[in-house]
Amino acid sequence: MISAGIDCGAKKTKTVIMRDGKIAGKGIVLAGFDLDKAVQDSYKMALRQAGIRSEDVESIGGTGAGKEAVKNADELVNEIKAMARGAFYFFPDARTVVDVGAEEGRAAKLDEKGNAIDFAINEKCAAGAGTFIEAMARALETPLEEMGPLALKSDKQIPMNAQCVIFAESEVVGLIHAKTPKADISRAIHDAMASRIVSMIRRIGVNKEVVMLGGVAYNPAFVEAIRRELDLERLYVPDYPEFGMAVGAAVVAAEKAQGR
Amino acid sequence: MQIEMREEKKQEFWRWKESNWKNPDIEWRSGKFITLGIDVGSVSSQAVVMVDGQIFAYSNMRTGSDSPHSARKALDFVLEATDMPEDRVDYCVGTGYGRVNVPMADRTITEIACHARGANFIYGPEVRTVLDVGGQDIKAIQCDEKGRVTNFLMNDKCAAGTGRGMEVFADLLGISIDEVGERSFQVKEEPPPVSSTCVVYAKSEALGLLRKGWSREKVLAAYCRAMAERIYSLVERLGVKPQLAVTGGLAKNSGVIERLMFMIGLKPMNSKWDAQIAGAIGAALFGYALCQKGKGRKK
Amino acid sequence: MLANYGYKDGSGDYFITINTDLCNGCGECVAVCPANIFIVVDEDPNDPMRDGPVAIVAEEKKKKLKYECNPCKPTQNRPPLPCVEACKTGAISHSW
Repeated sequence: MISAGIDCGAKKTKTVIMRDGKIAGKGIVLAGFDLDKAVQDSYKMALRQAGIRSEDVESIGGTGAGKEAVKNADELVNEIKAMARGAFYFFPDARTVVDVGAEEGRAAKLDEKGNAIDFAINEKCAAGAGTFIEAMARALETPLEEMGPLALKSDKQIPMNAQCVIFAESEVVGLIHAKTPKADISRAIHDAMASRIVSMIRRIGVNKEVVMLGGVAYNPAFVEAIRRELDLERLYVPDYPEFGMAVGAAVVAAEKAQGR
Repeated sequence: MQIEMREEKKQEFWRWKESNWKNPDIEWRSGKFITLGIDVGSVSSQAVVMVDGQIFAYSNMRTGSDSPHSARKALDFVLEATDMPEDRVDYCVGTGYGRVNVPMADRTITEIACHARGANFIYGPEVRTVLDVGGQDIKAIQCDEKGRVTNFLMNDKCAAGTGRGMEVFADLLGISIDEVGERSFQVKEEPPPVSSTCVVYAKSEALGLLRKGWSREKVLAAYCRAMAERIYSLVERLGVKPQLAVTGGLAKNSGVIERLMFMIGLKPMNSKWDAQIAGAIGAALFGYALCQKGKGRKK
Repeated sequence: MLANYGYKDGSGDYFITINTDLCNGCGECVAVCPANIFIVVDEDPNDPMRDGPVAIVAEEKKKKLKYECNPCKPTQNRPPLPCVEACKTGAISHSW
């Protein structure tokens, strides 16, 4: 069984090709303004990596905010289900999954079969999603991928007053003018963000094991801040957390094609 | 760079004339209670001197980055217009965002209370709803005929609907703030509002619309409409009771305010006084009321 | 007076309303709130002519109400809110 999952996120379009329950290829492109093209490019990239022709794909699952753009989808999978199945695929012990993307933060509670039985979302406010850290990186004049390592260098906790990306930018500028070390500012940014995400997670209850998906999971300071706030010994992050939902969509597409 | 440009633009926007003024018809020497209200805002500061509840003098200046000293500067600036010594003041009330930094205040009172009292003074006892749309917050206040607050809310968490949010959008479109109003009406017909009220997401949406071929004016109109709707839904939580007064920097932005007034269905009141001094007036009036209760400074 | 503390952002309205005409400053809400949202002060900062203590929402909590109140607002089986239950005069209400 060869299936594909295409996750049309706010910032990036991710594709995963799965063959017989294993990941065979991945593709990722910026969503940009032409979502149809992004879907095509991402899909072709994954096919190339998998060494598979598009005719061989038996079932395609589309997910993410822009999933309507997956015109040839056999299944449209809602984001909560995709997230849950993706987490379960990587860690069958997963009972809580957190996915922080560019524009939305989500958490779901899973049963032992990988079904989402409850969920919570931080939506429509940029302070509750990855955009927050990205915008603060610009204000700190630091590349996004360096924000995490920078924050980890700090041993000082400063509270952030602003709860809005726009006001937080001004607050960061103020801290810079007051000669606050950049590492401390970066840490404050991560702590503030983690606090909002954890507050959302607590609404569904925290059950081990906890898995994190989504692009923001690449950020070690963010993952550490979440782990610390949740008081967990371990927080599980798969190798390619950004593809979590695409994997979930591919799994669901395969299941549906096999009549399950 | 991006951040510096924003700060420059901010200074240009707030480039109004600093001023002080003394009322030629009032003689402080024959006054019983002389009270002082100082309002230290994040952008501007005002000081008002009242003699027995009448405006004797006021000053209006930029707070700048010097908030701790703004109260002193505003006070010195108002006294400059008069021949009254500072120690003649019977009571001083501090208010505004920086009210903790008014060392000469006998007490501090929130902007909500002072704004309502001040609005009652400058607009008259018919005013029942005051909408203050500032650079960093939105306040909706309902008051009675005496200027006492009966219902209020303040949003300073989310930039949508504030002057700051507008600034960010104007930056994106390369339109200067004082042109926003006029340019937002240069459209053949009113477009639907941008769907997101979050300024950050509205910006992404705007970029998409520009790529689709929308003119900057059309995108601006869509955003102004979204902002008007956002402010409207905030004020609707209180309900708008006539008469309505609108104050604050964004009140001068016709792009948002005209659309908002159309939704509310009321014409805002006018006054000969500059609404910017409403907070300091309210503060000075509270000082007067407290003096009448016997709480003035002992001499 | 209806004091509405909180905010509206892209995701919704989050206001705690304290009716100061009903509030007697008893402090029961302070005792039961797990997030320390409330404080009782001697004078109403928004109504200087009012005598007597009153409950307010702490300054540093106002902008984070949605997050601070989440512990009492789980997605399922939401119990009655402790602050609303504790207030004998019915002065407290939540908008969400």
